[in-house]
Amino acid sequence: MTTLPPGVDPGLAHGRTALVEAQPPDFAAGAVGAEKPRSLFARGWEVFAQNKLALAGLATAVFMVLFSFVGPLIYRTDQVHVNLINAICPPGGAHPLGCDSVGYDVLGRLMIAGQTSLEVGAAAAFVAVVFGALYGAISGFIGGPVDSFLMRIVDAGLSIPYIMILIILAVIFAPNRVTMIFVIAAFYWLGVARLIRGETLSLRTREYVQAVKVIGGGGMRAVTRHIVPNAIGTIIVQATFAVADSIIILASLGFLGLGVQAPDTDWGDMLAGGLQYLQGGNYWWLIYPAGLAIIITCIAINFIGDALRDAFETRLQRR
Amino acid sequence: MVGYLIRRVLQALVVIFLVTIFTFALQRLVPGGAVRALIDNPRATSQQIAFYTHLYGFDRPVYVQYAKWIGQLVQGNLGYSAKLNLTVTSELALYLPKTIVLVLLGTAVSLLFGIPLGLYQAVKRYTVGDYVLTGVSFIGYATPTFFVALLLVSWFAIDVPIFPPFAPQSTTVIGVLTQPRALVLPVVAYAFVLYALWSRYMRSSVMDNLVQDYVRTARAKGASERRVLWGHVFRNSLTAIVTLLGLSLPTLVAGAIFIEVVFNYPGMGLAFYNAAQNFDFPTLLGFTVIATIVTILGNLLADVSYAVLDPRVRYA
Repeated sequence: MTTLPPGVDPGLAHGRTALVEAQPPDFAAGAVGAEKPRSLFARGWEVFAQNKLALAGLATAVFMVLFSFVGPLIYRTDQVHVNLINAICPPGGAHPLGCDSVGYDVLGRLMIAGQTSLEVGAAAAFVAVVFGALYGAISGFIGGPVDSFLMRIVDAGLSIPYIMILIILAVIFAPNRVTMIFVIAAFYWLGVARLIRGETLSLRTREYVQAVKVIGGGGMRAVTRHIVPNAIGTIIVQATFAVADSIIILASLGFLGLGVQAPDTDWGDMLAGGLQYLQGGNYWWLIYPAGLAIIITCIAINFIGDALRDAFETRLQRR
Repeated sequence: MVGYLIRRVLQALVVIFLVTIFTFALQRLVPGGAVRALIDNPRATSQQIAFYTHLYGFDRPVYVQYAKWIGQLVQGNLGYSAKLNLTVTSELALYLPKTIVLVLLGTAVSLLFGIPLGLYQAVKRYTVGDYVLTGVSFIGYATPTFFVALLLVSWFAIDVPIFPPFAPQSTTVIGVLTQPRALVLPVVAYAFVLYALWSRYMRSSVMDNLVQDYVRTARAKGASERRVLWGHVFRNSLTAIVTLLGLSLPTLVAGAIFIEVVFNYPGMGLAFYNAAQNFDFPTLLGFTVIATIVTILGNLLADVSYAVLDPRVRYA
């Protein structure tokens, strides 16, 4: 997994380029303000919908959600009782993807593991992005020595190799879904905070933010009603990538045995189980389904994130 | 330049100080106190616990404990492993060099592929070659490091047994380097994920530079495409990679941990993982502090070399 080093514009690494030159606003045509302005989201959706990869990504992500949450209602399997008679049975018959080392049906297991991966991924992303965005916005808005201090805390957190923090936290807190969410978020918010702080630094000098101060609005109002909503594009894009990253982090911790514990499972935990059979012969169904589930889901989410970035990039939107 | 350096070093010192506080605080988070983690035996009597609590000074006020810990730290004393009969410093001396070998080899290989291929992608953008390589990097982005390692073992060590499925097991760096065949899979697995990062970044960095004014100027002056690309664009794009390299140090360390666990490579990552499973907190904290200080110094080095490479930064 490559978690992007903080402070690096993820857009660069994800291939967004500056080749599209900024279009100057078309004042001559007098178009500005002539039409009823459409919302940011309506205009964004237009750009998003033109991107075939994004639509494919969205479809895949929706499929994975349905597969994990609706799938078990249709394809019923026993994921509670160990059944050693079926241990590592090959695919076929009643078990389209075979069984794992203790006799759980792999296809059914993939579904409930997907629930954990997606739930933890989404929740960790949500917690990290909400906290990180607020922290960054407040820090950037206050500025001065307070900002310096708050950002040094972020620097410090980001200098600690994240996997070490994750491993230590996972050792300290008994790993389950809820603690995993906070363990992942505890590291992930740092990068978000730094990014949104940068955004805030440029937003706080805008007239409409200055105007809040002039008409007597408090700092909190400026942050929550003006700065954060104007950084919402960046925030949503970050949140999207955060989901993919969190799924991979959870899988990686699961592989180390520090993720959610049995009987709960996630895709990384399933993979870790398969590793033990790697040398014993061709037990592909213990490795590939779970691995591909992670890769496909994360690629899909990254496609969505890339497209969202384009969609919120106002210079790409047709006015 | 000197002012910039001083400011940057002071910042780094503040960050190092904060990191020691964080790491120290982590130990306090253990349910039942740090001594519980050390003893890790449900049958320990309350007297025994009290004895060790006193022995390790956990009954002192927190700030006294911190001061003592930091006092030892600056003298290079990181404490004594709770499980192994070793000081944390000697553990580091034993494992760190081997991790450095892995990280350096893997990073070098990934840069060797990532930089030229990223450049190629930018020059031949929106062609089949670009799309294929973009696909490869997207897969690299979405694949956990350990899974890449696992697949390589499965394909090239078991299905087609060209390489051994484990890393060199020697205890010395020289011993490790004398088994190049065993190093191939760990290094490739490590490099693949990083390759995705470098090539994506190089691609967009080159594309950003291609539309800059200086490129137009160079072309207007009649410079050949070759000269524009290698003499101007390539060099300017590299500065971005230098910064990225400095910022990526935590990622490099993380990658090493997974590679070492999969291939049973006796480096710092594997030792850290084993320490985590044994609740060996002195080792965990010592390793974390050292890895972090190395990271901060790496960032500092990257920033300074960036300022050397790009004079504009100094005045920012």
